[in-house]
Amino acid sequence: MTSLSDGFQDRYALEFRAATYRLPSGTPLISGLTLSVARGETLVLLGRSGSGKTTTLKLINRLLEPTEGEIFITGRSSVSWDPIQLRRGIGYVIQDAGLFPHWTVERNVGLVPRLEQWPEERIQARVREMLSLVGLPPEEFAKRRPSELSGGQKQRVGVARALAADPPILLMDEPFGALDPITRIDLQKEFRALAQRLQKTIVFVTHDVREALFLGTRIALLDQGHLVGVYAPAEFLKATEPEVHAFAASLGFDGAHEGAK
Amino acid sequence: MNWYEFLLRNRNEVFERSLEHVGLVGASMAISLAIGLPLGIALVSRPRLQRWVIGAANVVQTIPSLALFGFLIPVPWIGGIGASTAIVALSLYALLPILRNTITGIAEVDPAVVESARGMGMTSRQVLWQVQLPLAAPVLLAGIRVATAICIGVTTIAAAIGAGGLGVFIFRGLAMVNNQVILAGAIPAACLAIAADSGLGYFQRSSAKR
Repeated sequence: MTSLSDGFQDRYALEFRAATYRLPSGTPLISGLTLSVARGETLVLLGRSGSGKTTTLKLINRLLEPTEGEIFITGRSSVSWDPIQLRRGIGYVIQDAGLFPHWTVERNVGLVPRLEQWPEERIQARVREMLSLVGLPPEEFAKRRPSELSGGQKQRVGVARALAADPPILLMDEPFGALDPITRIDLQKEFRALAQRLQKTIVFVTHDVREALFLGTRIALLDQGHLVGVYAPAEFLKATEPEVHAFAASLGFDGAHEGAK
Repeated sequence: MNWYEFLLRNRNEVFERSLEHVGLVGASMAISLAIGLPLGIALVSRPRLQRWVIGAANVVQTIPSLALFGFLIPVPWIGGIGASTAIVALSLYALLPILRNTITGIAEVDPAVVESARGMGMTSRQVLWQVQLPLAAPVLLAGIRVATAICIGVTTIAAAIGAGGLGVFIFRGLAMVNNQVILAGAIPAACLAIAADSGLGYFQRSSAKR
């Protein structure tokens, strides 16, 4: 069976070609999106609520299918993949982590390896490795239930679970959105270091410009389902588009203050 | 003669009737679960059909049990006098709480959990068995508990169409205008209901704890 890891002859890990997603009512949530994500980069999808960030993410792991256009994942159209196989090769972390409340941390983290029928001792070893990687000592956390974790710890487990089967691609939907500011900064720092070390292709959704500037190798700004532009973090605040200014203003400096910066 | 003296003196028949009662309830609940659980699961994602089916189950629930037993007697195949007719009627009564709780139990599972399960590459079947059903279990068991209580109560009336069970004493007592005989049926039936309810309640609580 083909898996995502074998398909890396292509330069781009992900490629949207004029992808549109419409609701059955005809309302487009994403319109004509053309965007490529290179291997190993962290692309941040930035936008306000309802700008189509989450829809874009779900088009990648085929929780949604494009109504027009195509999305290529390691060079193959998303709809030609077996959806189950595709998703097992793409880590997925959402806000509030989406951990299974009736399973222990250990079992949550071992989910995809177990679905992929790894031998039990390999799963055990991998779970311990992943928990240590995200800074949760396995002896202390493996047997806990999600209800016995803090918000930050849940998110760490969510990241460990997404990485457990070593997927080449990682999708993160506002993973740190519900955390208190201090925990959020800690996790952002650790996550940036982790991302640099692991060399995964990451698509990260956020509405927080600071987070986008800090984590992204590139930032794609979405507005009402349209791509405004793709920017390197250094260029982002200098961009002239009004949608960028709105975000820059949220940081406390807009065009008027830019000279003073 | 007291009702418990009557009970003691007739303990063999009381025991036999209790077994009949439990058998009727058990068979009806088994049928009801076999229909209600899969039907409920199938209806979760079909809201329009769901309204119709729940509506129909609601209508059945409003028919007085004695009348329902009466209606079923002339129906070919399932009808007639005796236990099989009673089991059909009892299954219909137990269906509504099972159906409704299956649907609400699954629908109330946190959508973020279900979505991350799908997003991680679980098949629909794995999502159902490993995520939705275990998380819906407390609500599901609450439905089974209510259905069982209804079933034990209504089964006493099934004696009217010759299905046996503890209702036999109740109807005999009514005919004899003898309260002791009525109580000899009513009290064991109440005990059965309490025992079943607390047993299932224990399961329900332990499933909620997980």
